[in-house]
Amino acid sequence: MAVGRAERVLMPDERRIEIRGGAVTFKVLAAGRGAPLLYFHSYHERSAWSPFLDLLARSFSVYAPAHPGVAGSAGIETLEDLLDLTLVYDELLGALGIEHVHLVGHSFGGMVAAEIAAVFPARVKSLTLASPLGLWRDDAPSADILILPADELAAALWRDPVSRVALDWAVGSGGDPDDIAAQVESLQRRSSMAKFVWPIPDKGLQRRLHRIAAPTLLVWGDDDRANPVIYAEEWQRRVKGAALRLLPGGHMVLHEAPEAAARAVVEFAGP
Amino acid sequence: MPYRFLPEDFERKYRSVWVDVPHHLFDAEKTQGLYQEFLDELEFAEKQGFDGLCVNEHHNNAYGLMPSPNIMAATLTRRTSQAALVVLGNSLAAYNPPLRVAEEFAMLDLLSGGRLVAGFPVGTSMDMNFAYGINPATLRDRYYEAHDLVMQAWTRPDVFAFNGKYTQVRYANIWPQPLQKPHPPVWIPGGGSVETWEWTAKLDYVYCYLSYFGYKRGRATMDGFWEAIARVGADDNPFRAGFLQLVCVSETDAQAEREYFPHVHYFYQKCLNVWEGFAEAPGYRTVKTVQSGSRAQVGAAARKARQSLDWGQYVDQGYIIAGSPKTVREQLTECIKSLRVGHLMVLLQIGSMPKELAFKNTELFAKEVMPHVRGLWPGYKDRWWPSGARNGS
Repeated sequence: MAVGRAERVLMPDERRIEIRGGAVTFKVLAAGRGAPLLYFHSYHERSAWSPFLDLLARSFSVYAPAHPGVAGSAGIETLEDLLDLTLVYDELLGALGIEHVHLVGHSFGGMVAAEIAAVFPARVKSLTLASPLGLWRDDAPSADILILPADELAAALWRDPVSRVALDWAVGSGGDPDDIAAQVESLQRRSSMAKFVWPIPDKGLQRRLHRIAAPTLLVWGDDDRANPVIYAEEWQRRVKGAALRLLPGGHMVLHEAPEAAARAVVEFAGP
Repeated sequence: MPYRFLPEDFERKYRSVWVDVPHHLFDAEKTQGLYQEFLDELEFAEKQGFDGLCVNEHHNNAYGLMPSPNIMAATLTRRTSQAALVVLGNSLAAYNPPLRVAEEFAMLDLLSGGRLVAGFPVGTSMDMNFAYGINPATLRDRYYEAHDLVMQAWTRPDVFAFNGKYTQVRYANIWPQPLQKPHPPVWIPGGGSVETWEWTAKLDYVYCYLSYFGYKRGRATMDGFWEAIARVGADDNPFRAGFLQLVCVSETDAQAEREYFPHVHYFYQKCLNVWEGFAEAPGYRTVKTVQSGSRAQVGAAARKARQSLDWGQYVDQGYIIAGSPKTVREQLTECIKSLRVGHLMVLLQIGSMPKELAFKNTELFAKEVMPHVRGLWPGYKDRWWPSGARNGS
């Protein structure tokens, strides 16, 4: 891991959790103590323990599952659609023995967290969404991040695409036709996400958002070029009482401003 | 059926000929004439003695102006009388319900007096995932289910209920039914995906590789198909296979270069100029196919390979077979033999080629080449040819 920080002390446990009789297997990284918090990653970062999660783990018991189809979580082919993914995460919570939970999700992970909070409102103690996908405006389409070639993708995701953090956390595009392993990894990552959001990430979430009961915090990079800040207004309009924290960064704000983002979550949802 | 009027600087100025090619480049006045030319060329080919005429389906595309091949085939049923109408084909997953394909193909089979070849492509990613918005994760599954529904609609004796995952029909019962029994021959155009080889082999259909890159590069794909045939224990009848080759015939090799190079170059540099992001939606090719080393025919890598090709390279690398009748005869024979192809399809109108030159290419091919490349597979029976069409194999 290239992200070295003097204050980083935690080594997460890695667990494998089977559900549906083994049809779906989750790899879950877990660390920290406190109330349980489930984190859903975006598909455009390495699925690993990050400085943001490390900071959260000082106040919460953090669980970070990898979405089915990537980083050791398997069984994507058995899932039908976004509802099925939502159900399978409910089943994962059951398998982890967690009844009530704080949810944090980033990008596609934010869309998943919002779905869970809408479908299972009684389970969710607080909801933090970092630049979530899931809504659509014709006048401000979010970037087509599933198909952008490597250089255009980095420019859409990161405020500074050649910064250290961008280079450390970016995933390969699989653009080199001779590197089959990289192509397969990229394909699995992007096709897993595509299954749930193709060709437009509006899958009816707006009709369910009124069901969200948990206090909701929106975190957004002020320079988000993939999912522009105008969507934050859209979420605030649809989720009653949702607060917004704008932080310096792009779409990958949780990596670009981990301290500020973690502080925002702890202040909002912490003990 | 390319749009012939793209600007000279198209590939430098615009990122893609497919999916988001700008509308302002389209001239409706000129295009109405193009459709007449396409049909003239196909009808002329029948008169010259070709056994079949091929039409295919593309969308959002300045390279192929034929979103509905069935419309083109329908007009051909009235202006031709002997040639097979090879519709390659209808991309099954795009039709809702897919019964529409069963119905229209049945109509074409009746209109043509049993001359239809029913082609069922999965469809390119540009067409299916981008132009039509179909989820790449379920495209193949939809395709297989749609195929099952169409075949049942053609062959089951009674009204039936179809409880599919993507299509539910309580009363499947198409009128009309096709003329050919039990159904028109089925050809599957493929692009080198492993799953399609095995599926085609198991169902005893014809596998067609519609390659832009010629027979030398097509070898791996056709070998893969023949290996799949061996695995399922089927015979090695060459008529199980079809292959598309670009061909340019002239009086001499030098004249072929003079006449055809600008049009071939237009085809490879403009008509295949697809932005890398559109080359393949994530999930269009399976992991298994990627691991097999199969590559996309378009996109950044393919473009790099094509860039700044000159005539010698187009010819030497086998993208096109071009030259005098003697040159073309020799290379086509090698193509047919090395790929073990019973159904050879030749693309004779290429890129910006005008009608007069397409006619010349067609006529020279029919007179000087075709007689020599027929009958290369004695002793094998073509079980996949429409019963109402002329068969010169």
